[in-house]
Amino acid sequence: MIGIPSAVNVAALKDTTLLNMAIFGLFVAVTMVIVFRASRNNKTAADYYAAGRSFSGSQNGTAIAGDYLSAASFLGITGAIAINGYDGFMYSIGFLVAWLVALLLVAELLRNTGKFTMADVLSFRLKQRPVRIAAAISTLAVCFFYLLAQMAGAGSLISLLLGISDWGGQALVIIVVGALMIMYVLIGGMKGTTWVQIIKAILLIAGAGVMTLWVLSIYGFNLSNLLGAAVETANNPNVLNPGLQYGKSETSKLDFMSLGLALVLGTAALPHVLMRFYTVPTAKEARKSVVWSIWLIGLFYLFTLVLGYGAAALVGADTIKSAPGGVNSAAPLLAFHLGGPLLLGFISAVAFATILAVVAGLTITAAASFAHDIYASVISKGKADADTEVKVARRTVVVIGVMAIVGGIFANGQNVAFLVALAFAVAASANLPTILYSLFWRKFTTQGAVWSMYGGLGSAIILIIFSPVVSGGATSMIKDANFAIFPLSNPGIVSIPLAFFLGWLGTVLDKQREDTTKQAEMEVRSLTGVGAEKATNH
Amino acid sequence: MGNDAQTPDTAESVDFKEVQSTERFQELRKRHRSFVFPMAIAFLLWYFAYVLLADYAVGFMSTKVWGNINIGLILGLLQFVSTFAITGWYVSYSNRKLDPIAAEIRQGIEGHEFDKAGNPVSGAVK
Repeated sequence: MIGIPSAVNVAALKDTTLLNMAIFGLFVAVTMVIVFRASRNNKTAADYYAAGRSFSGSQNGTAIAGDYLSAASFLGITGAIAINGYDGFMYSIGFLVAWLVALLLVAELLRNTGKFTMADVLSFRLKQRPVRIAAAISTLAVCFFYLLAQMAGAGSLISLLLGISDWGGQALVIIVVGALMIMYVLIGGMKGTTWVQIIKAILLIAGAGVMTLWVLSIYGFNLSNLLGAAVETANNPNVLNPGLQYGKSETSKLDFMSLGLALVLGTAALPHVLMRFYTVPTAKEARKSVVWSIWLIGLFYLFTLVLGYGAAALVGADTIKSAPGGVNSAAPLLAFHLGGPLLLGFISAVAFATILAVVAGLTITAAASFAHDIYASVISKGKADADTEVKVARRTVVVIGVMAIVGGIFANGQNVAFLVALAFAVAASANLPTILYSLFWRKFTTQGAVWSMYGGLGSAIILIIFSPVVSGGATSMIKDANFAIFPLSNPGIVSIPLAFFLGWLGTVLDKQREDTTKQAEMEVRSLTGVGAEKATNH
Repeated sequence: MGNDAQTPDTAESVDFKEVQSTERFQELRKRHRSFVFPMAIAFLLWYFAYVLLADYAVGFMSTKVWGNINIGLILGLLQFVSTFAITGWYVSYSNRKLDPIAAEIRQGIEGHEFDKAGNPVSGAVK
């Protein structure tokens, strides 16, 4: 078997469409029932946004893994390794190591100082209004970029499953996915979403684990043999070495650094991951959830290495690239090669559910941020009652859902892991400096926070707009124009240091001092958990 | 409502500046920072060293060690190992050095609503 790329007949996929859709439909039906049952206890804002803080550390850790292991991790990384070899492995490492930033510096302190959203922490000891608005805007921006990636993944997956390669058909599919997702979030709130994440995380890790063992068994459980087969199929020994994708020029090497920086600093600044820390009752449970998720996520990324090289060896980069769905179709094609239509149906359903669940998690984060930070705190100046706030959150879900659908239709066809890396760069630039400064730097001021957040967010987005991602290249979103004056496809290496610098500059130039009592309160609360440790009493 | 993460009823009467200046709290702060800061710097340096090697030392990273396994793959897998190790180390450090002192200060502020493990005595996880 080694060295002979058995042809995966992409056309044969069409015959199994009904089976795929039946398995997927079953999953949707089961999760809907769970969401509906979970939602019967949704009464208050804490219930809707933070699931009543009723989840245990291991449950929440599994849900975090579910949130984090998105289509980018499964479809995107497997595809990146299958096509670009070692350079794709970089995503796995960066996505995992990044969790140490969250574990050591952010998770517990954040759990102790916040209520529902990231802005709660950032505005704790600074001026509420400007900081809240800035934090909410950056939350919405990061969620939007992340949503684009998930929608692009959904488009790839379905075009492969149904053999739909025309633009209109894929657009229709994205609209259906979007509508389903809106239903989940409207009915279930955070509790329903968390349960969907848990189920999906278990299915995804188990499914990837089975495929990994399967691939390894073909090569006698010898990783070296698998790598050798990948080299033979690709007919290129460099798939095992760094630099296949990023080693071409000095610019592309710099791009690799930029990607590495964005990956490792982005996780601890992702609003939808941060919000998960509020669904547990104590900081100790928040720590447990991070530890639990680090183990699950690390295990999964080890699987992606085998799956990526397995797809390279058994399916072959050329077949993957020419299949509908392109680079994102490596994992489903590998499943089809291994287990035929049944495994493909299962893996596709899991991948689809992954997208659905992550999209739901992102949407609820964005909605909570708008309703809690902009509507309740700024527009109605704290006068809105909890019912109105939840009502606004639900309406926001619909608006964001529609925006994600439209954006996803345009982002369709790009590598999902690459698109998610952009969301990481935006998050690391806009949020991370302010999170770290406000937790650890006593003198940090409102001006520093506002400069850092808008500066980081603005520079990251502007650099993306003028990068080869948007225009000028063969894979750009707009192929017919070229205004790519910034050469790197990931802005992190410029925008992240800039945001840290602006936070420092804004603070030292600020003539106003912040309230030292509030600073003392935040520091004591963050380290001891005073007041935050009590769970909800209904 | 009564279901916010921060319960103002216990906190408004507390003089946080005074708590902040106590020796116990300063000790907690020192223990926390003296662990997380050096550790964060260490793993970031190790990670960026790895990224730089993969970027600019392709020849070295491509050196085969055993069969088709090269140095790049081994260093990449070592990033996984170090991540798991630091995670375990931090958890054991927190359990031994941070949690007891944090629970002690918390009890001092809130009255005795928590048991020795730092768990709320009543109405916690449902």
